Amino acid sequence: MVQHEEEVLGKAYDGRLMRRLLRYLSPYRAVVALSLGAIIAQSALQLAQPYLIKLAIDRYIATGDLEGLNTIALAFLAILCGSFVLEFVQTYTLQMTGQRIMFDLRTQIYDRFQALDLKFYDRNPVGRMMTRVTTDVDVLNDLFTSGLVSVFGDVFTLAGIMIVMLAMNWKLALVAFSVLPLIVLVTQWFRRNVRDTYRTVRVWIARINAFLQEHITGMATVQLFRQEGRTFARFDGINQRHRDANIASIFYYAVFYPAVEIVGALAAALIIWVGGADVLAATLTLGSLVAFLQYAQRFFRPISDLSEKFNILQAAMASAERIFGVLDTPVAIRTPAEPRRLAPAPAGRIEFDHVWFAYEGEDYVLRDVSFTVEPGERVGIVGATGAGKSTLISLLLRFYEVSRGRILVDGVDIRELDLGELRGLFSLVLQDVHLFSGTIGGNIRLGRRSIDDARAWRAAEAVHAGRFIRERPGGLESPVAERGATLSVGQKQLLSFARALAFDPRVLILDEATSSVDTETELLIRDALRALMTGRTTIAIAHRLSTIQDMDQILVLHKGVLREAGRHQALLARRGIYYKLYQLQYKDQELAGGRTPTPAGAAHEEADAGAPGVPADST
Amino acid sequence: MRSAIRRLLPYALRHRRRYAIGLTCVVITTVVALLSPWILKYAVDDLHRGVTRGKLAFYAALLLAAGIVGGTFRFLMRRIVIGASRDIEYDLRNDFFAKLQTLDLGYFQTRRTGDLMSRATNDLNAVRMMIGPAVMYSVNTVLIFAIATVLMLSIDPWLTVIALVPLPFVTISVRYFGTAIHRRFDRIQAQLSDLSAVVQEALAGVRVVRAYGQEASESARFRASNEEYVRRSRGLIRLQGLFFPSMTFFLGLGSLLVLWLGSRAVIEQRISLGEFVAFNAYLTMLSWPMIAFGWVTNMIQRGLASWQRMLEVLDAQPAITDAAARPALAGQPIQGGLEVRHLVFAYGDGRPVLEDVSFRAAPGETVALVGPTGSGKSSLLSLIPRLYDPPPGTVFVDGIDVREWPLDALRGAIGFVPQEAFLFSDRVAANIAFGAGGAAGGNGDELEPVRLAAGIARLDTDLAGFPAGYETLVGERGITLSGGQKQRTALARALMIDPRILILDDALSAVDTYTEEEILGRLRTFMRERTSLIVSHRISTVRSADLILVLDGGRIVERGTHDELVAQGGVYADLHRKQLLEEELAES
Repeated sequence: MVQHEEEVLGKAYDGRLMRRLLRYLSPYRAVVALSLGAIIAQSALQLAQPYLIKLAIDRYIATGDLEGLNTIALAFLAILCGSFVLEFVQTYTLQMTGQRIMFDLRTQIYDRFQALDLKFYDRNPVGRMMTRVTTDVDVLNDLFTSGLVSVFGDVFTLAGIMIVMLAMNWKLALVAFSVLPLIVLVTQWFRRNVRDTYRTVRVWIARINAFLQEHITGMATVQLFRQEGRTFARFDGINQRHRDANIASIFYYAVFYPAVEIVGALAAALIIWVGGADVLAATLTLGSLVAFLQYAQRFFRPISDLSEKFNILQAAMASAERIFGVLDTPVAIRTPAEPRRLAPAPAGRIEFDHVWFAYEGEDYVLRDVSFTVEPGERVGIVGATGAGKSTLISLLLRFYEVSRGRILVDGVDIRELDLGELRGLFSLVLQDVHLFSGTIGGNIRLGRRSIDDARAWRAAEAVHAGRFIRERPGGLESPVAERGATLSVGQKQLLSFARALAFDPRVLILDEATSSVDTETELLIRDALRALMTGRTTIAIAHRLSTIQDMDQILVLHKGVLREAGRHQALLARRGIYYKLYQLQYKDQELAGGRTPTPAGAAHEEADAGAPGVPADST
Repeated sequence: MRSAIRRLLPYALRHRRRYAIGLTCVVITTVVALLSPWILKYAVDDLHRGVTRGKLAFYAALLLAAGIVGGTFRFLMRRIVIGASRDIEYDLRNDFFAKLQTLDLGYFQTRRTGDLMSRATNDLNAVRMMIGPAVMYSVNTVLIFAIATVLMLSIDPWLTVIALVPLPFVTISVRYFGTAIHRRFDRIQAQLSDLSAVVQEALAGVRVVRAYGQEASESARFRASNEEYVRRSRGLIRLQGLFFPSMTFFLGLGSLLVLWLGSRAVIEQRISLGEFVAFNAYLTMLSWPMIAFGWVTNMIQRGLASWQRMLEVLDAQPAITDAAARPALAGQPIQGGLEVRHLVFAYGDGRPVLEDVSFRAAPGETVALVGPTGSGKSSLLSLIPRLYDPPPGTVFVDGIDVREWPLDALRGAIGFVPQEAFLFSDRVAANIAFGAGGAAGGNGDELEPVRLAAGIARLDTDLAGFPAGYETLVGERGITLSGGQKQRTALARALMIDPRILILDDALSAVDTYTEEEILGRLRTFMRERTSLIVSHRISTVRSADLILVLDGGRIVERGTHDELVAQGGVYADLHRKQLLEEELAES
């Protein structure tokens, strides 16, 4: 299997990425500072607790000073209250900052997606792009909330404990610290191994997801072909590998925590042994020894916490890499800084001027294409599959940028126009209808408020979509499910026509969408389109020549080159490519007719049979 | 709730031995951990009185030994209990997927794929946390609580009672916060799925969004959803922000009381200094169970909620089953005779999409269906392999109600080709051989039937043009086939299973007329003794059928052969005239 992009995991720390991530904190500097302050203060308060116990033992219990004990108790209460406030402040500010950063990041990524040209979309499946906006951002949230700042807190606590211990008794402190190399060794071992298993686990999770996605979507196929057993066996295989990877990773965790615990016990034993001797020699107070034991205990918690943070850090680096990858993708197509404006009521004259285009490198799919569409003209584009017909439209809408040459609208290069103004001239109807979840009305008017119900109804009626909309209980307010699942293919197309009509564009662009509708509906649509086309420039990609014979101009594309242009009869008379295309379709139909003994076919045969009797050159 | 837990129990019981051993390890680990403060107590008391260094070394060694024994069992406990939870996760996921496979098309059409996936992954993980770590920690917690309390009581009952005073508050706040947090968490998850849906639609429909200049309105939609997400998160954060500090606070109150009153007890010589230290240590150890208690309740609450979401699927009733099947028919070969009698069919409680439909087709015959979009053609076809269930006594294969045929036998005899072909991201050969075991790989004899099927579907020439031929990967990680190629692959796949009944639901709509005619020509030979049911919009496709049914609004409005129908001068003749007209137009 090919590796998914999600499966690639980079290094655990990358200074460049981290610096860039930190920049997201800067709008919230004040809040973050407050949060850090709270963490530091809280750590300090935590550190004070064992010390208070030491004081109680050494100073007041030893002397039986009840007054002093009351003071200690009050101080302890103050610490408790302080901790409460600080912990709340810290959690709230930190988590909210995390949420705001997520909000910012999501918005940034989403805006970038909205701005990127279609080349990007061609290369990236929607599922992958979704992961950037959701999962990857979540991972970064973990980094900000439970990662970065609490790492800071951990480090501070660690340093604080070390300083207090050294101050209390540096000799005993060094004895306690002597176990540190062991901790470092254990942690290193753990980190190294966990990284590998973590990666394997991620790979198998991705596989499980991919498998589920595909087989839930294709469940009907699995069931119709009775492949439940075999499909299950394959799923079981992936599921097993996922489990095994997880069980492998448990081992490292299972070793790590007890190991830290044992090292902790070792430190305590050392403190009792060495420190106890000091107490006996009266160079150390009993209270200090007790405090030391408590500090040593608290000493190991941040260390094991820190290694827990390692996974977060590693996942965050991988996600950040991917997110920045998106954010760094240059926006190739944008409105220029000072766009030229069209006339208030633009005529919509379109001119292709020596246009070349390649999706990749020098692999041109359009070569030196030039033509003009006058306002109100109806133009059909024909050609075999892959001739570049759809590309032509994509270029006109500036989904892609021309490689060479230029496209002019009313004499202005479209690259100098405001993108919104340019695209506002057109209504596009595609073969694959895209519907948004919401209502039928919402799918006609999209986000344009000026299209009220009356206008939406008019548009729907004009393209014969009114009937099925009326049949639904909610009319225009009837719900449309995800991907329009509750509508038939034909109904979806009618809806997309209604949408195109409601927008009342200067130019109508059709990527012949009539191929999968029954003849009945197709005739209705053709009728509606005729009305729609009047007074409007129309550019239609046709797969069947019959659709475009009455067009004002027919452009014949062949292997990316505009080979012929003109009206139907004139093109036929040229006996060029159009003529051949025409012949081909004509032959198809003739073949289809000739093979089956039907009245229509029989009529052909009769005519053919009759032909030899009458010499062709007899007249 | 109780019944939900009862449904989970068998999964855990399957691993009861491991749970027993694992939980024994939890007990040992906990008991050993509780020994340490006791050792400390003796050490401190002895230090207070003055002892030999040898005795100190003994205490130190005891502490270390306790650490090693405790650590060893902690290792075993994690491995065994968490390992068992991974095994249960594995079982659950398999059962979940197996269940999905039994559910009918209607079920999947009312649910979002992403939602089902999230149940198989996110929810399952929450369930696993509940049966693994949560079980482990709750045993650990209860034990620490019980033993530490007893030990503290043995030191000083009165002090113990005082120290435990704040504990009910901890429990109360855990209960209160737990439910509130859970509720908010659910709301956040719901919002996240809404956010995903918004993004998904905007990305999938990028061309429409751009062409209609809807970037701003889509951004506004996204922003609103994004803001709502943050707003809902804020509620959760506020609660969490209060939850943990209040736990610490109440626990700290206990320590405060012990420090304050305990130190008096030492001065009054009711307890020794060592006991005071040990008492403090136990109280600290108790704070973990109290916090863990909150944490574990969270895990359990989430786990239960997730488990209930999984149960919704696991307990879903498959609409299409072998409930009415006659097992005796399992071995009986299907000839392919098809009959539909007075069929009335509606989806759910909706209005009928098919009304009083009757027709029959003997083996070897071809029945064609024509009619406008939404006339019920696809619905009719989907009833035959029981993608949806027809009412009893309406659809028959070989004279037997389709509901009485075992599903396996019925579907095994039917080659179904839908309009929108679904291919798996796999090799072309594997896709074609999908229904025949899918094993076809490599070369030689195994590939022969695949070649044959691909030949009839006219896919062979296309594949010859691909460098990898039959081994070409299709789908997300391979190449994208054209609509026609997809449809023809799906056809080849249906032919591969050697069906007695072939159903083509407008299955060649994306194939050009010339190729279609070629395919139909080859099919005619192949289908000589088999039954075909064909939906098409093209007259040329259906005109040679033995029987043509014209559907409109769910009713058969005309029936007959091509000639009869043309002569009848009704809807079909009209359709025929229109298509002839088109051809003529094209010829002009």
